[in-house]
Amino acid sequence: MQKVAVLGAGMTRFVRRSLETGRELCWEAASAALEDAGLTLEDIDCVVLTSAPDAFDGVHMKTEYLLDGAGAKGKPMVRPYVGGGSGVMAANAGWYHVASGRFRTCLVVAEERMSPTQPHPQGAFNAIYDQFTERPLGVNLLWIFSLEMMRYMQVYDIPLETIAKVAVKNKRNALGHPASQLGAELTVEEVLKSEVMAYPVMRLMVSPVTDGAVALVLANEKFARRKGRKHVWVEGVGWALDTSYWTNRDLCYPEYVEKAALAAYKMAGITNPREEIHVAEPYDPFAYKELHHLEGLQLADKGQAPRLLEQGFWDRDTTTGIPASPSGGLLGVGNPIAAAALMKVAEIYWQLSGKAGERQVRRNVKRGLAQAWGDLMQVGTVIILGV
Amino acid sequence: MDVKLRGTALREDDFRSGKVLAAEWRGKIDYRWDAGVAIGQFLNALKEGRLLGRKCHGCGRTTIPPRMFCEKCFRRSDEWVVLKDTGRVNTFSVSFVNWDASRRTTPQVPAVIEIDGASPGMGILHLIGDVGTTLEEVLAKVRVGLPVQAVWKPPEQRQGEITDILHFRPL
Repeated sequence: MQKVAVLGAGMTRFVRRSLETGRELCWEAASAALEDAGLTLEDIDCVVLTSAPDAFDGVHMKTEYLLDGAGAKGKPMVRPYVGGGSGVMAANAGWYHVASGRFRTCLVVAEERMSPTQPHPQGAFNAIYDQFTERPLGVNLLWIFSLEMMRYMQVYDIPLETIAKVAVKNKRNALGHPASQLGAELTVEEVLKSEVMAYPVMRLMVSPVTDGAVALVLANEKFARRKGRKHVWVEGVGWALDTSYWTNRDLCYPEYVEKAALAAYKMAGITNPREEIHVAEPYDPFAYKELHHLEGLQLADKGQAPRLLEQGFWDRDTTTGIPASPSGGLLGVGNPIAAAALMKVAEIYWQLSGKAGERQVRRNVKRGLAQAWGDLMQVGTVIILGV
Repeated sequence: MDVKLRGTALREDDFRSGKVLAAEWRGKIDYRWDAGVAIGQFLNALKEGRLLGRKCHGCGRTTIPPRMFCEKCFRRSDEWVVLKDTGRVNTFSVSFVNWDASRRTTPQVPAVIEIDGASPGMGILHLIGDVGTTLEEVLAKVRVGLPVQAVWKPPEQRQGEITDILHFRPL
């Protein structure tokens, strides 16, 4: 198996509505990543391209539509697709394309435009529910999140105020991100007083509708050494899916994230993740989700991530804890679904290579992870990078 | 991040007013699914006012919604079990948002309800009804663990659909 390095990353601004089409966004992100890696398209042997539901853009087989902008014309290209987990899954798929020895390099691109759906992209999500037993009830996407959040809060006795603090932290972190859509300095009270959408979910605890694209360049060891730069390596990958009978699971704990994380830790030779992971980008489409995922990632005991949040353990400037979502996450930078998750992988690359600018965490970081989640609360995808 | 930032934020006004050219397409696609083996029987039983589960002799679980195979043992499931139309609230929400993100003045109360007679943790998605018209009223009446019972449509109005149960109500 070949060792795989991250040689570069690029992203577009995350905005509510982009002037650029999806193809144009792909081109901007992909060309920025190639520039960052000091490569041209001739150096790229294959492309992994992803995007979440086709329904958002109203384009059938969306990655075929996008491929010219992603540099995939005439190259081996594939779309790994696991809903919201797709962005990290694309990085994982890029890893196995190169690790297998079949390709020297891989350009990984994730794009999402949610703005074209009218009147609102939420409608496009309704088809995730069962067409016989659920859709006739008049479902909407917020239901599953609010149901899961309520269960999590009840089982572990977590106050709403604590969960609101995740939104405050991540939106503040995003102020340091030049691409961010929703960086803001907010108070817990402002979050708690924002509109009740589906209790216990309030508007400022929800990530926004966003357009954007992100790209990474991966290469094998021989190719990477030739470029002679400080290298960030892919040390572990993992992914797992749980049953689609989501009403038969206890939503208080994401077992699929645990399975994905344990697989990635095993591959990376990590036995004590709380000591060996120095920075984390857990998926945070909703405020409670970050805490829920940190527990699934084994970075906190079940029900304990909120307590650690209160102690500042997940803050960007912590010297004794693990900074979580130093980028500002989906809540702050924005949530172009597949691209948002690849942004998290790019952030770990920037943090480990000391290129995160204002967002650079204070503690010394040698290893970090990014995680994404998706579908009917059933997908966990994890990647571990290290220097 | 020493990477040049690209991408242009479009002003919503410029997009809506036609200052920036746009194309529009209304997709109209209809679907019709047969209900299949397991859900076909489940929906038929709803017409008769009964909730059906399916038992696997491998793991001993009785599941609802029913399936003809056990995803845990990966074997064919074994028998139909008539469940009660009562249960407990596993989790719930008070929703003020419609499917298209438009807002509601009175909330819906979706819930996962663990059905009595099925194995522990086996729930279905449904609505809780008659529990108030404001957030405060609902929170005063509904809690995790609350026992509830199905409120059925009159037999002549049942169609073999999940909505043959109007909602669940507190017991």
